Amino acid sequence: MSKKKGSSISYARYGYLFSLPFVIVYAIFHLYPTIYTAVLGFTDCKGLGNNNWHIFTEDIWRNFRTILNNNTFKTSLSNTVVIWIMNFIPQIVLALLLTAWFTSKRNQIKGQGFFKVVFYMPNIITAASVAILFNTLFGYPKGPVNDLLVSWGLRSEPYYFTNNGTAARWIIAFIQFWMWYGYTMIILISGVLGINPEIFEAAEIDGANDRQVFWQITIPNIRTILTYTLITSMIGGLNMYDMSRMFNNGGPNNSTLTANVFIYNQAFSGSYMYNRAAAASMIMFVIIAVLSIVVFYLMRDRHERRA
Amino acid sequence: MNSLERRSGNPVYKAVIYIVLIFLAILSLFPFYVMVVNSTRSTQQIQDHAVSLFPSNNLMNNWNVLTGKTFNPGRGFINSVIIAVGCTALTIYFSTLTAWAIVAYEWKLKKPFFGFILAVMMIPGTITAIGFYQFMWKIGLTNNYLALIIPAVAAPGTVFFMRQYMLSSFPMELLDSARIDGSGEFKTFNEIALPIMKPAMATQAIFGFVGTWNQLFMPSILLTRNDLYTMPMMVSQLKGDIYKVEYGAVYLGLTLSVLPLFVIYFSLSRYIIAGVALGSVKG
Repeated sequence: MSKKKGSSISYARYGYLFSLPFVIVYAIFHLYPTIYTAVLGFTDCKGLGNNNWHIFTEDIWRNFRTILNNNTFKTSLSNTVVIWIMNFIPQIVLALLLTAWFTSKRNQIKGQGFFKVVFYMPNIITAASVAILFNTLFGYPKGPVNDLLVSWGLRSEPYYFTNNGTAARWIIAFIQFWMWYGYTMIILISGVLGINPEIFEAAEIDGANDRQVFWQITIPNIRTILTYTLITSMIGGLNMYDMSRMFNNGGPNNSTLTANVFIYNQAFSGSYMYNRAAAASMIMFVIIAVLSIVVFYLMRDRHERRA
Repeated sequence: MNSLERRSGNPVYKAVIYIVLIFLAILSLFPFYVMVVNSTRSTQQIQDHAVSLFPSNNLMNNWNVLTGKTFNPGRGFINSVIIAVGCTALTIYFSTLTAWAIVAYEWKLKKPFFGFILAVMMIPGTITAIGFYQFMWKIGLTNNYLALIIPAVAAPGTVFFMRQYMLSSFPMELLDSARIDGSGEFKTFNEIALPIMKPAMATQAIFGFVGTWNQLFMPSILLTRNDLYTMPMMVSQLKGDIYKVEYGAVYLGLTLSVLPLFVIYFSLSRYIIAGVALGSVKG
């Protein structure tokens, strides 16, 4: 920066002053609740309007052990991961394919603006509305999907989608895929457009074909953006709440129950087990943090020179 | 011949691409089309044939069924607007101010502060919801929109975005010349920095508004009074027993809940797509 040392020192207080609102609100409304949640995990705080709770003096990991041994929590955790993988793999594959098509000089796809707008559109629609819409679309016996399946002769009788765990899970994974591939595609396209065009020209002169260019130039050059996509999608996927709760409230038989719906149910329905919900939240926090760091290190560019 | 084909691509392959693209476009639009059309059809018509390409004339009837029960679209709309506008305004203004503090001034804790913002940017709010709820309950802010709106002052993701934009497109000479003119620092921010940041603020405002509008987890934890329900909370009632067989009304309720988003999206889609491409950070 071109500023002189003398002038910057006298203005330093404005840096503190202008970041003060952020710091105060963050400390009170974000940091404190985070610490509070962590503490609650070590207490006997349960029941509506309970002001008289205590930190365990012995066996302080009690809630964490209860949660980790809870079969419903294990189910919800594995559901969350499975549904995320079921949606992420097709999502990234399709997004990469569309990116390759849209950025290919040879194919010159027309109407790209229109397709981008339409593919991205489901992403901004309220997840709760989308979940209920799909629940209605896959309704039994007279929902639109069954109506089409039967009238096109693909099935002789309607199928009870929402009553079958596997089907319900695939539908939720499909909705997530459908809501997010457009977003991922736009991110990846902007990544590809940011690559220095000279690299592509050089490859063309060397006689590389489309496939070689894609795998050996495009993919390595959007590595950072792929990592970003992977991590944000993973964090979002592990936090899925709206879709699971609104589509079928975790059912049938907990087969679409996600970790966040489990946490909500622990805390806010029935027994008000705030302590266990807090412990489960902290377990999720650790899982998300560890996975993000692992992904970040696995995906980092090993050939990158240290600056 | 060969070189010509190389430049323009294989026509069969190209046709396959367009077929896939058109299929995906239909896949995106069709569910919403069915939703809108069915909101004009009677429950009987929907039961006979759940898919129709043409609207019917039962809209008013569906409206009466829908609003005759617990679903109050006007209330939900107003509530959601209050929360979304409040949150968006606070997030945009204070994130820009915080970014300004980081970009325009040299101070000792600046680097650690920015490092902290980067570190917490990805922490999802739902993880700490239990402590947040208990805290709000203790200070009597449950069933109060302030509990949803005030936290919006501190939005690490938006600060990060604003900082990036400010570094790349704010000419710092303007600050020096404003100082020579005797303008106070806060005044300089409001009258010189803010106008230049308008494009970035608009982008973040759209995403902030839509993101807050769509929120379900936090409002459903904090708000228990029916008259405070937001649109997504209203929508969740459509699944209950009350509307069990009223398909036309359910479709209409869903349509009303997404209508504002459609209006925003299709009038601003150009900016939204450009904003996503800039790497908007999810809240």
